[in-house]
Amino acid sequence: MKVLTLNFLTCARKTCKQNPAAFPLHPKEAELEQIETDINPLFIQNMLPRLDWEAMKTVTNELGLPNLPLETPTAEALVDESSGEPSQTLKDLHSLLMETSVASGKLVCANCGHEYAVKEGIANFLLPSHMV
Amino acid sequence: MSRPEDILPPDLFYDDNESRKYTTSSRIRSIQASMTNRALELLDLQEPSMILDLGCGSGLSGEILSDVPEDEGGPHVWVGMDVSASMLGQALERDVEGDMLLADIGQGVPFRPGTFDAAISISAIQWLCNAETSDVTPEARLKLFFDGLYQSLKRGGKAVCQFYPKNTAQRTMISQAAIKAGFGAGILEDDPDTKSVKLYLVLSVGGGDVTGAVQGMDGVDVMDARRQDRKRGRDVKSKKGSKAWIMNKKAQMEAKGKIVKSDSKYTGRKRKIAF
Ligand SMILES: C[S@@+](CC[C@H](N)C(=O)[O-])C[C@H]1O[C@@H](n2cnc3c(N)ncnc32)[C@H](O)[C@@H]1O
Ligand SMILES: [Zn+2]
Repeated sequence: MKVLTLNFLTCARKTCKQNPAAFPLHPKEAELEQIETDINPLFIQNMLPRLDWEAMKTVTNELGLPNLPLETPTAEALVDESSGEPSQTLKDLHSLLMETSVASGKLVCANCGHEYAVKEGIANFLLPSHMV
Repeated sequence: MSRPEDILPPDLFYDDNESRKYTTSSRIRSIQASMTNRALELLDLQEPSMILDLGCGSGLSGEILSDVPEDEGGPHVWVGMDVSASMLGQALERDVEGDMLLADIGQGVPFRPGTFDAAISISAIQWLCNAETSDVTPEARLKLFFDGLYQSLKRGGKAVCQFYPKNTAQRTMISQAAIKAGFGAGILEDDPDTKSVKLYLVLSVGGGDVTGAVQGMDGVDVMDARRQDRKRGRDVKSKKGSKAWIMNKKAQMEAKGKIVKSDSKYTGRKRKIAF
């Protein structure tokens, strides 16, 4: 489960969905892995305005990753001004969002306390029917 | 041949054995690939997008999204949901690029509002018409699904769901549930009235009207029942599959207010499956 995806996943329970505490889900006992992929600058640029940066900071902190800048980087910060090549900021974002993922552990809803297990990178979101 | 949907719930039907057979069959792979490409054509995405794949299975549909070249607006990034652990296991073995959730789309779509640019679903949502336990109804599951999907898409976002309804009742139940959730909806039929007919439910966020749902889409025409100036030509008997026959079929469907493909230079030719 990529850090990118963690910035969008919420608790699946209907009663939680409207509650601000149901996002982000909090990683617990998480094992991380780094999987290399090709950089997709336009995709990252498209996703920037959609990121919840407060949640990014919370989750990366809980995962023990280095501190993020205080604010969401701007689109201009993604290209190196002089060379026109991907900037360090873009490379860092790529590595964090697209290449860093939770291989195993749990994702916990702060509203209801439900723990979603993650195994081999796949989170189990199946709910017993009384919890839907 | 009986429908898998009538035999077992999806997580039991797609067990290890069936999932492996499904994923390695070259016939299935080519059909799923061509339908995914068709869905992509209908979505008409101009830039690398964040896509939700509902009932992603072993990733046969998803890997097409990852492989869209730059000059065609890709590559896209996808997140898949599927209720069969065995199908997801196959996806892991094949090292697909998307993230996946083991999840029942009939329980909702657990993403915050506006997460996705688009969604696809290939050969999956007809399963929602079967309620496997007595404490849930297909109507309630369809509602959770379409409400959740609607929320998870950004404004102006689109979804294309290819599905195999068992009958007209299922087809209606599904499209009505989508409309109730707020989608602008239309159904596109490829190869209508043949054995290999394919149905695509085309949905848009932010339009209560079919015209909005398919605007700007390539090769799709919205047929308005109010349009009176079309020739019907029903007196001409034409050979099944011939161009004239297809045009006639189109006219009949237009009269019923369905969406049919606009006449293109391909009309009446066999389409090649692109790889
Ligand atoms: C015919 S396969 C298609 C898989 C993939 N989209 C493809 O094109 O190869 C149908 C898939 O839908 C999944 N499915 C059926 N009902 C589902 C549900 N309620 N929630 C999630 N997935 C479901 C099945 O587990 C199966 O993997
Ligand atoms: Zn919760």
